[in-house]
Amino acid sequence: MTELLAKFATWGVLLSIAAYGLGLYIQRKTRRPWLHPLLLSSILIIVLLSGLRVPYPDFKASASPVAYLLLPATVSLAIPLYEQWELLKKNTTAILIGCFSGVLASLGSIAVMAWILRMERVHAATLLPKSVTTAIGMDVAKTLGGMAPLAAAAIILTGIAGNLIAEWLLKALKIEEPLARGIAIGTSSHAIGTAKALELGEVEGAMSGLAIAVAGVMTAVLAPVVAVLLP
Amino acid sequence: MSYIFQFCRILAVCFLGEILANLLPLPIPASVYGLVLLLVALKIGIFRLEQVRDAGKFLISIMSMLFIPAAVGVMELWDDLGTMLIPCIIATVPITMFVMGVTGIVTQNVQRRIGKGGTKHDRVTR
Repeated sequence: MTELLAKFATWGVLLSIAAYGLGLYIQRKTRRPWLHPLLLSSILIIVLLSGLRVPYPDFKASASPVAYLLLPATVSLAIPLYEQWELLKKNTTAILIGCFSGVLASLGSIAVMAWILRMERVHAATLLPKSVTTAIGMDVAKTLGGMAPLAAAAIILTGIAGNLIAEWLLKALKIEEPLARGIAIGTSSHAIGTAKALELGEVEGAMSGLAIAVAGVMTAVLAPVVAVLLP
Repeated sequence: MSYIFQFCRILAVCFLGEILANLLPLPIPASVYGLVLLLVALKIGIFRLEQVRDAGKFLISIMSMLFIPAAVGVMELWDDLGTMLIPCIIATVPITMFVMGVTGIVTQNVQRRIGKGGTKHDRVTR
């Protein structure tokens, strides 16, 4: 199988898109937010590759054009940020202090957990950026000596958890300002959470999208500082 | 044709970001440098919004698909998965709730203290 696949160059990209399309279809049909297409398609591909005994590096090489687009896609997050500049300027203080407190809470609680559970440094560094968008979080984990694929998995699961608990948690804590709701969702659970924020309202969605970029940049700057304190 | 040039502009910013990440001795990824550079380029008018918007929006819309190759990489990490299971569960559920709560409460309090834009969400609570 491996020798056969090595003759073809396109299968990795094809498999990625097809599996993602199937994941999207299943999510739309079932309307279950925890059945995230990224989660479904990754599991499907892992099962397929393992079943056919295709080694991961082969898939990675063949699907490399997909991963290549990640850097320009992340950089493009500057575009919505620029479009929401007015909203950002009007509430700069609240947004910056809010995102900052969330980033500190995230990094701090992971560091505390790492100490309590006596985690290895490589594992702690993997989880440290788990609240921010996968593109930035994966890079941060890699730069700090963590494992990028596992960081990606933890980040996706965090997003799904945030998406599912947001509505209930914000209500329970009496967080009623649309701005605060959006910032809270985007800072804690990035793009997957933002899908929920968009359902809650226009301001919530815009603010959540904004928080992805702000919290992402803050995490990239602060995570290396907190990483010094890891076991 | 315009899409390829839009993509080209974004790639040029990525390239600058990669150069910065390699030159500066800070543990900040190229993607973050690139994001800030593109924002600055738009702000000071090096690019107009429509010179990058469509290609950029398209890339953002397919973003979650772009993580598939990385996420599938978990299949090589079964050994670490065992030791990571408990920390992963703690990090994803309780810590995410904690972070969301802290961020929301702090943002709301600061916003209300400053007093502007404090239009209360007047939705009838069910």
